[in-house]
Amino acid sequence: MKRMTTRMLLAGLATAFLTSVTSPASAQATLDAVTKRGKLICGVSQPTPGFAVPDSKGVMTGFDVDVCRAVAAAVYGAPDKVDFVPTNINTRFQVLQSGEIDVLSRQTTMTFSRDNSLGLDFGPTVFYDGQGLMVPKQLKIESAKDLAGAAICILPGTTTLQNLADFFRANNKKFESVVFENPDENRNAFFSGRCDATSSDRSDLASIRAVANNPADFVVLPETISKEPLAPAVRQGDSNWRDIVSWAVYALIAAEEKGITKDNVDQQLTSQDPEIQRMLGVTGDLGKMIGLDNKWAYNIVKGVGNYSDVFERNLGEETPLGLTRGPNQQWTKGGLLYAPPFR
Amino acid sequence: MHVAPESPWRIIYNLRARAIFYQVACGAAVVLIAYFLFANASENLARQNIATGFSYLSREAGFVISQSPIAYQPSDTYVRALLVGILNTVRVSSAAAIFATVIGTLVGVGRLSSNPLLSRIAMVYVEILRNVPLLLFLFLWYAIIITALPPVRQAFQILPAVYLSNSGLVIPSITCSDELTWIALALAVGIVAAIIIARALRRSRITTGIERRVWPFVVSALMLPSLATILILRPSVMVDWPELGRFRLAGGAQLMPEFVALLLGLTLSASANVAEIVRSGIVSIRKGQWEAAASLGLRRPLSLRLVILPQALRVIIPPMTSTYLNVFKNSSLAIAIGYPDLVMVSNTTMNQTGQAIEPIALFMMVYLSLSLAISAFMNWYNARVALRG
Repeated sequence: MKRMTTRMLLAGLATAFLTSVTSPASAQATLDAVTKRGKLICGVSQPTPGFAVPDSKGVMTGFDVDVCRAVAAAVYGAPDKVDFVPTNINTRFQVLQSGEIDVLSRQTTMTFSRDNSLGLDFGPTVFYDGQGLMVPKQLKIESAKDLAGAAICILPGTTTLQNLADFFRANNKKFESVVFENPDENRNAFFSGRCDATSSDRSDLASIRAVANNPADFVVLPETISKEPLAPAVRQGDSNWRDIVSWAVYALIAAEEKGITKDNVDQQLTSQDPEIQRMLGVTGDLGKMIGLDNKWAYNIVKGVGNYSDVFERNLGEETPLGLTRGPNQQWTKGGLLYAPPFR
Repeated sequence: MHVAPESPWRIIYNLRARAIFYQVACGAAVVLIAYFLFANASENLARQNIATGFSYLSREAGFVISQSPIAYQPSDTYVRALLVGILNTVRVSSAAAIFATVIGTLVGVGRLSSNPLLSRIAMVYVEILRNVPLLLFLFLWYAIIITALPPVRQAFQILPAVYLSNSGLVIPSITCSDELTWIALALAVGIVAAIIIARALRRSRITTGIERRVWPFVVSALMLPSLATILILRPSVMVDWPELGRFRLAGGAQLMPEFVALLLGLTLSASANVAEIVRSGIVSIRKGQWEAAASLGLRRPLSLRLVILPQALRVIIPPMTSTYLNVFKNSSLAIAIGYPDLVMVSNTTMNQTGQAIEPIALFMMVYLSLSLAISAFMNWYNARVALRG
């Protein structure tokens, strides 16, 4: 009975009863607790290629993982001072609420009701995603609207199931859903032909396709049926901690915009650009303002790289996922990434 | 310390008073702890701005459930979705309990067979199924079904209009106009009448000793009401033939692979337990009973059916209760292979509303009350078969 039920029970109980014990009693306390502990605890996905997956040496890699590492670099100056906790799609918010993790960086869509009824706050969007559908090429389907009557394998994500139902209702069509708790079972059922299609965020579809025997046999349909801005989340009520997570993300984005990379960050210390000087802590006291070392942004870029480094390393066209930047491009290049000024 | 006989302190030497005191103290402690947990939880939830309460139940569920015994659409409420989950859980676990009882009894008797091949096979069956976790079997059955069978577009056609594929078994179904309820009602009346007549005939046989043919009366009592209804109402019967659409077989009655895998897993695991329970029940009957039955001229199968099993039932029923409860509770593993049971619906609800405690409390309550209902029924049955006096 057992596996699932016990886990959910534990999560429920954890939310209900442990909160007062483990979560910092009041605002502004997360940074203190994190500093004292000497390690950031970051909630990530169960192994998902490109986002959070251990490499052959057991070191966690991935896009979401690198966001955690950026925060750790900002706080400790060391990107490897992170413990990664794989979180279940159903209990991820409870794990954050109950104080078991400091940051949730787990392909999580920011929505109004999540922001306002779950006791959490979102940082800036790190990845602009949208829900899509993937089918085997041999079905010769060109549009999601042709999927009337199809069986669709899907994970029980909050927005995923509802978006799909809404899309089919809006087009007055029906479909059969087969819902799996476990991503592996979902993939196997889809690959074996139990379902005609699978639906998830487009980035996740790329990740599913990457593990197929022959990725070229599958095609992602052109429709994007929802907006899915993926963002890291923190507990509500600690604005200092939220600022740190937000600005760690902004530092990644701004570093790319300013041309600061992992390789040239040391040369950039002598840059004449006043904003680069402020960002890297050569002048000014930006770090002190959020309770960190003035070198915080330097440490992020030195340890993790800039947004482009992170994207290309984990999701880019050189990787099995083969994603293009799409909307996740700098605003100067027609994308949606826009970091506020470092001033 | 010496206590005067009339002192009020004397009460602490009163055993009854002490017992009451301990019970009250224990009860108070439980209530206090519960109150503390409840107050703590609500305070924390309020402080973290997490929505609470059961108002979500009347909101639109908005998700699709593919296997539903009752009509359900995404525009229905969470309550209805929950009801679908409960019915799915009840459907799969009651089917599994029935099959497990039949198979288990056969295997249990088989293990006691004097034929070494049969008893060895029964032993291997029991030992394998009893000693591997059910979850692994579920994954195994499901993987076998979805990988060994062809996709729906290359479905095997076993009989005309009967298709087998990794999307399940599809057979033609008979649909009837709405007079169906009346026919079902008439059939129920027929069954009741047949039972009453059969009992009356049996009683008259016992009292008068005259042997009469029973079956013509029983069969006609069974058939007449429904035949009459059909003749009066003249319902139109339509056969719903399954047809291959663009993706799926549409129409007909469908048996989904998730349901079958879960049913298979639950049935086989439980049947191994039932087999052992039945075996222990039979072994517990003293050898003299077999010998007595044999000396009356009963053959072994007949003495098993008429003499041994009725007595063994008293030993068998109590552990069977816990087996049935296990089947019911283990059906919650459905979530691993995508069968939309109560837990899966609750999980989705939890996920969409962001409220964890209420859905968990609800499904725990449903499991608890259904489990208690099963126990109550089995206890009643146990009391019926128990030796009286």
